[in-house]
Amino acid sequence: MTIVFGIFLLTLLVVVAIGIVRAENLFTAVMLTGIFSLLMAANFFVLDAADVALTEAAVGAGISTVLLLGGLALVPGRERSRERLHRLALAVVALTTLMVVYATFEKPRLGDPDAPVHQHVAPWYLEMTPELVDIPNVVTAVLGTFRGYDTLGEVIVVFTAGLGVLFLLGLPGVIGERNVDDLAVGRSYLGHHLVPQVVGTLLIPFILLFALYVQFHGEYGPGGGFQAGAIFAAGMVLHSLIAGEKESLMVISPRMLVLLMAGGALLFGGVGILTMLLGGNFLDYNVLAENPVAGQQWGILIIELGVGLSVTGVLLAIYHAFAARSR
Amino acid sequence: MELLGLYNYWVFAVLLMVGFYAVIAKTNMIKKLLGLSIFQGAVFLLYITMDKVEGGTAPIIQKGVDAVYSNPLPQVLILTAIVVGISTTALGLALVVRIFEAYGTIEEDETQRLDLEE
Repeated sequence: MTIVFGIFLLTLLVVVAIGIVRAENLFTAVMLTGIFSLLMAANFFVLDAADVALTEAAVGAGISTVLLLGGLALVPGRERSRERLHRLALAVVALTTLMVVYATFEKPRLGDPDAPVHQHVAPWYLEMTPELVDIPNVVTAVLGTFRGYDTLGEVIVVFTAGLGVLFLLGLPGVIGERNVDDLAVGRSYLGHHLVPQVVGTLLIPFILLFALYVQFHGEYGPGGGFQAGAIFAAGMVLHSLIAGEKESLMVISPRMLVLLMAGGALLFGGVGILTMLLGGNFLDYNVLAENPVAGQQWGILIIELGVGLSVTGVLLAIYHAFAARSR
Repeated sequence: MELLGLYNYWVFAVLLMVGFYAVIAKTNMIKKLLGLSIFQGAVFLLYITMDKVEGGTAPIIQKGVDAVYSNPLPQVLILTAIVVGISTTALGLALVVRIFEAYGTIEEDETQRLDLEE
C-alpha cells in the first residue's frame, strides 16, 4: 500500500514540476512551487525522514513561497510571450535523462538493507548515540555533535546568504538610507480581508508556541533549530501580513533581526571556543559538564538554540528586505 | 516489482532534467530560479531515497523496542541543505530584483541586448 502511495506522490511531483516550467504566469508558477514542496515533504515522510519532512514543509511550502511572492511583487508577473520549445535543450535534457535512468539499473533497490550507504558510519551512529549522547533522535545527535562542524558551516552559509540579500536590497533602519519611520503606517496585504485577519490573529500565538516546542523538543522528536527557526519566522511573517510591514518591524526591530542573525552563529561558534578553553577540542561538548553525556546534551541544546536564532533572524530579515522595498 | 524499487531514481532523473531544462532554455530569470529549485528538490529526493531501509522507521530510538531504523546520515545532510537552499534562492531573487531595477526587464536576452547597445 505504501509503495502505491509513494508512486502516486512521485508521479504528481513530476506533473507539478512540468506545470511550473510551462506556466506563463509567474504567480501560478510560484504557487505550484509551494505545492511541489508540500508533495516533496509528503514523500520524505513516506521515506522515513520525519525531520526532513518537517523542514521541507516549513521552509519549502511556507517561507519560500512567501519570499518568492515578495520578490514577484517587485518584478513583472508574466513571462514574455510563450516561447517555442527549445529543440536543442530538449534533446540534451532527454538524452541525459535516459543516461541517468540507464545508470540507475546498477543502483540498489529502494529499501535494500545491504546497500553500501547503510554499511559505513550510519550503523555506528545508530548504535553509539544512546551510549554517547543519550537522546532519542539520532538525526539531532548527528546534526549537533557528530557532524557539528558541518552544521556550523551551514549556519555560516545561511548567515552569509542573508547578509548578501540585505546588502542588495537594504533593510530599513539598518542598511540603506531608509528608516522604519519612512514606511507607510497600516499598509498590509491581508489587512482588508476579514477572515484571514481574524483566523491569522488567532493562529499567531500558537504558531510561535509550536516553534518553541519544535526547538526544545528536537532531541526527543522530529525538530530542532532549523525547523523551529523557519516556523517562528513563518509566524512573524503572518503577523506582518496582517498588521502591516511597519508595525511588524516595530515588534522585532531591524537592528534586533541583524543581531539575531549574527548572534545565533556566534553562539554556535562560541560553544566551540568555550570547549577549547575548557581543555577539549573545538565543539567537543564532553567537557561542558562533569558527566560527558550531560555535557553532550547541554552542547546540543545550546547550539540548536544558536541555529534557531540565526535561521529566524535570516529568514525574517530576508522577508522584510523584500517587503519593505515595495513600499 | 523488482523494477518498482527504482521508480524513485527515475523520478529523480526526470525532475533533475525538468529543472535543468528551465535553467538552460527559459530566458525569464524567475523561471530559471524556479528551475534551479526543482533541480535542488530532485537532489534532495535522491538522498532521502537512499536513507530508506525496508521495514524501517524514522531514526528516533525508543528504548526496549526492537525496531529497524532508517539511515540518519542523508537526513542530516538534506535537512541543513533545505535551509541553505532557500537562503541562496532568496539571494538569487534579490539579484533579479536589482537587475530589473537597472534594466527594466528580467528576460535574459533583452538584458544582453541592452548590454551590447551601450
